[in-house]
Amino acid sequence: MTEAMTPLWEVFIRAKAGLAHRHVGSVHAADSEMALQAARDVYTRRGEGVSLWVVPSAAITASDPGDEAALFEPASTKPYRHPTFYTVPKEVGDM
Amino acid sequence: MDDIANPADDAARLARFEARVAREDKIEPNDWMPDAYRRTLLRQISQHGHSEIVGMLPEGNWLTRAPSLRRKAILLAKVQDEAGHGLYLYGAAETLGISREELTEQLLTGAAKYSSIFNYPTLSWADVGAIGWLVDGAAIMNQIPLCRCSYGPYARAMIRICKEESFHQRQGFEIMLTLSRGTQEQKAMAQDALDRWWWPSLMMFGPHDSQSPHTDNSTRWKIKRVSNDELRKRFIDATVPQSRYLGLTIPDADLAFDAASGHWRTGEIDWEEFRRVVAGDGPCNRERLADRRAAHDDGAWVREAALAYAEKRKSSRR
Repeated sequence: MTEAMTPLWEVFIRAKAGLAHRHVGSVHAADSEMALQAARDVYTRRGEGVSLWVVPSAAITASDPGDEAALFEPASTKPYRHPTFYTVPKEVGDM
Repeated sequence: MDDIANPADDAARLARFEARVAREDKIEPNDWMPDAYRRTLLRQISQHGHSEIVGMLPEGNWLTRAPSLRRKAILLAKVQDEAGHGLYLYGAAETLGISREELTEQLLTGAAKYSSIFNYPTLSWADVGAIGWLVDGAAIMNQIPLCRCSYGPYARAMIRICKEESFHQRQGFEIMLTLSRGTQEQKAMAQDALDRWWWPSLMMFGPHDSQSPHTDNSTRWKIKRVSNDELRKRFIDATVPQSRYLGLTIPDADLAFDAASGHWRTGEIDWEEFRRVVAGDGPCNRERLADRRAAHDDGAWVREAALAYAEKRKSSRR
């Protein structure tokens, strides 16, 4: 029993108008049209969204977990990028 | 994955991994993990996924004979949910490096197991009620702690499943309630279903903690958060009062409330039956696998045609 592999697709749903599409899972399907139908059946049985995206999983480039420190750590040493770093005198009011 | 086979590096990685798990970090597919962690998860998640898929069969048996359109629509939605749950779980298993095709093959060849409960037959409509109430009730008890499992994709699948599964138990209880408030025949049918599903439901939690082969690592790595016996106890405590409300009798002469501990005590489970059904000799083992194999084989031309069509369209666009 050696069967051809059916391609994998990542599924993204827009929960309602105005929100971004969000990753919810994946489906296998031969083409994009069937992937959309499978995604609809598997991930939107209870009104989870108003729009679907399917993207071939192979098209995604992911960062390496081993690079986590190099990529993301510098952010934590730059607290001055956040508004809470600064004190505004009470007399000045809301800013 | 790792190409460095330095034992010192491995020890350091393992220590880092265990520290992450200990501080409740989630482990994601591309993170380093011990082989045993990967293997344990693969076994558990695939077994869980296969259970959802095979679990469609006993209830599917009643789809065309549901007593009303309302019941039929509900049962259809439930069976469709089980398919979806199987697919969420297969998706989670695939993140560990197994293909969907391999998963399917392991189920169809019998290399992978599924929950033994689905090797029992659904002889009457009341069995659909008993499955929802007891089998899904037991499954939910098992699955709630898995929502906090250390492996991210499994935990996320379980959260979706638990959200959807709650209606399954309620619709089953509603069927049991309707039957138990109905005619003498209906009540007898409900009692008969409880008689046959009670013990297999208790077996769903697996062997006693003292006999459970997989517990140690699973607990340390936060795959399994609550022990078999503890989960079983919670299920019994929740279910016995519900059976009283239905006016049905749990088929256990030794069932008694233990005032000192505040829990129900049951008689001993027939572990010989459990072993027999796990080993393949339950009432429906052969039928279930034969049905899955037939469905897979009958669908082969569809998968083939879909792939051929996709390939043709791709090449005509070039």
